[in-house]
Amino acid sequence: MQNAEVIPLHKVRKGRRVLVVRVPEGKTRAQLIRLGILKGEFLKCLQRLPGGTMLVEKNRQEIAIGASLAGAILVTDATEVL
Amino acid sequence: MSERPLTGQYHSSPHNHIEKHRHIGVGIGEEDVDRIKVVLVGNPNVGKSIFFNHMSGLYVDVSNYPGTTVEVSRGRFNTFDVFDTPGVYGISSFTDEESVTRDCVLEADVVLNIVDSVHLERDLFLTQQLIDMGKKTAVLLNFSDELEKQGIDVDAKLLASYLGVPVFNTTAVTKKGFEHIEQAIAEARKGEQDLTIHRRLHTMLSRTGSEAEALLILEGDEVIAQRHGIAPGEDREVMYIERRNRVNIIINAVLSERNRRKRIGSTFGRWAVNPWTGVPILAVVLYFVYLFVGVLIAQDLVGFTEETLGHGIWEPWIQGVVSNFLAPQSWLWTILVGEFGALSMTVTYLLFLLLPLVVAFYLALALMEDSGYLPRLATMVDRSLNAIGLNGRAVIPLILGFGCVTMATITTRLLESEREKRIATSILQFAIPCSAQIAVVAALLTGAGFQAMVIYTATIFTVFVVIGTILHRALPGETPALLIDLPPMRIPRIDNIVRKTAFRAYHFMKEATPWFFVGALVVGIMQVTGLLTVWQNILAPFTTGWLQLPREAATAFVMGLVRRDFGAAGLYELPLTPDQIVVALVTITLFVPCIASLMVMMKERGSKEAMLIWFGTWVGAFFVGGLLSQLLI
Repeated sequence: MQNAEVIPLHKVRKGRRVLVVRVPEGKTRAQLIRLGILKGEFLKCLQRLPGGTMLVEKNRQEIAIGASLAGAILVTDATEVL
Repeated sequence: MSERPLTGQYHSSPHNHIEKHRHIGVGIGEEDVDRIKVVLVGNPNVGKSIFFNHMSGLYVDVSNYPGTTVEVSRGRFNTFDVFDTPGVYGISSFTDEESVTRDCVLEADVVLNIVDSVHLERDLFLTQQLIDMGKKTAVLLNFSDELEKQGIDVDAKLLASYLGVPVFNTTAVTKKGFEHIEQAIAEARKGEQDLTIHRRLHTMLSRTGSEAEALLILEGDEVIAQRHGIAPGEDREVMYIERRNRVNIIINAVLSERNRRKRIGSTFGRWAVNPWTGVPILAVVLYFVYLFVGVLIAQDLVGFTEETLGHGIWEPWIQGVVSNFLAPQSWLWTILVGEFGALSMTVTYLLFLLLPLVVAFYLALALMEDSGYLPRLATMVDRSLNAIGLNGRAVIPLILGFGCVTMATITTRLLESEREKRIATSILQFAIPCSAQIAVVAALLTGAGFQAMVIYTATIFTVFVVIGTILHRALPGETPALLIDLPPMRIPRIDNIVRKTAFRAYHFMKEATPWFFVGALVVGIMQVTGLLTVWQNILAPFTTGWLQLPREAATAFVMGLVRRDFGAAGLYELPLTPDQIVVALVTITLFVPCIASLMVMMKERGSKEAMLIWFGTWVGAFFVGGLLSQLLI
């Protein structure tokens, strides 16, 4: 089993579940927190579009995250753990 | 110039400066100030307006919040005043919607929080925030039927005891549970504040007098802090995380999941986002939009309204009326009811051409929005738009631009940053032909052949990309990343669609109409004073020498000032080769949005920037048109 390698969210493949390690500072941070995307939370990657726009699921909510923001959110793969 | 209100600063209008008694929306408070104010609050797409429509019945007063395009509806339910607010994820001042909802909540006596039970995890954040604000609250859980289908159980009783406020199950579409609404208002009460937040509140409370405002200041809301002359708090993040954690605990307690089944809607939704399937879906959607807007409305309906009602009935009638007072062909007569007259041409244009088109476009947009397709389209095109400094949200003004550039320019307000607004406005003014123009362009190109069509489309598309890229490179700053939730795909509700379309169309016409009159007046005066001829003479050498078109084409270009399609229509009568047609159409598409769009652009972007863009379109149009001419002819 891979050991907690930290990768940016936009590198995550479809269907993987990840643990959020870091959320970037800045304007979008509050919005991310409201949506439940913060350190210590799990996300499921529903789709990775060409170019890196990500479609993730936080429980029953589908959220689209632009490539640059997704690149700044750090996660570790947690598919096997869950 | 009139400075555009920035996010969260709309209240700086003079009447709001003198604080203490703020009013919700427009026209409120003119009577019955004592009525209990019930404010509906919820996340976007939770079916809030269905509740509102049910409660308020027919008598609804929809108005724009001062200084914003945000809609606040007010109605009457029993002895209460009911307000419908824009959907938000939380109360603060990040966007216009949030600012408006924030002020409505601050003024509310009772908050009815509509919650999507399928998305408790998302929605309860707002619920808890409302409770932390110390507002009398009741929760209406919507989509209870959906829970059943998705195999989720929500223990409403337990949720009520956690939150400390009454919770009712409802299904808005079938009006199930609506009998509890009155009870909900009656039983609404202050809930269980988060403990740590509660303690923090105490110190601030003495300084503001209202728990709600104290909380917002603690959470770093600059606008509210400024109103009280207090420095905004720096604990937003800690408090948000605190709240998030509390919500997570509540969710774990009240929610249980049986095995979930996939819905057809979610599969289609996935297809709409993935480019491989999404592009064909987009093509089909656009084709239907074209059939509806482009054929049914633009050709069949407008053909009737413009020709029969406008040119056939209205114009001769008004000319007759005015001729009673003024000598026909006198200068005032010409300005009023002449070829470009404010009462003749402009009225026909506004009522019989623009209005049907605008309604049709807004209708199509509302359908795409309420079905859940639009946010998915925004997601799919997000990356491509990044290349020109925009994000997925910009699809909305870009799509609308094909309807009416003036309308689309107003819509750029929904973009987050000034930079995006600047880029989107420029692209709209340069490279997007509006529907009035597309009709004429299509007709001329069909005559000129397939090759002409390809060259035209390729050139316009290239200009679109080049302008976007140049601005993206040249303007300082970054493109804000897309961050949107995708509501489930649903069959849109007709009454919502109709209401939304009517509101937007009305709002647009109200805002744009004066500018169309001003535009007509300017051109009318130019015509009477002979300035129009001067302008044509200035352009003539460029037209014949550089663009290699007949001298008369200059007239067509100038006519483009009045209405973009006039410009193109003027080319019908000229004997042009297919190559010349391409050159002329490219030039005319690129330059000069009509005067109304120039006026609106000046209002939105300031006169300096607007003149820069306007001048840029002249240079750009003649440069690209000439380049093409040198290559082709």
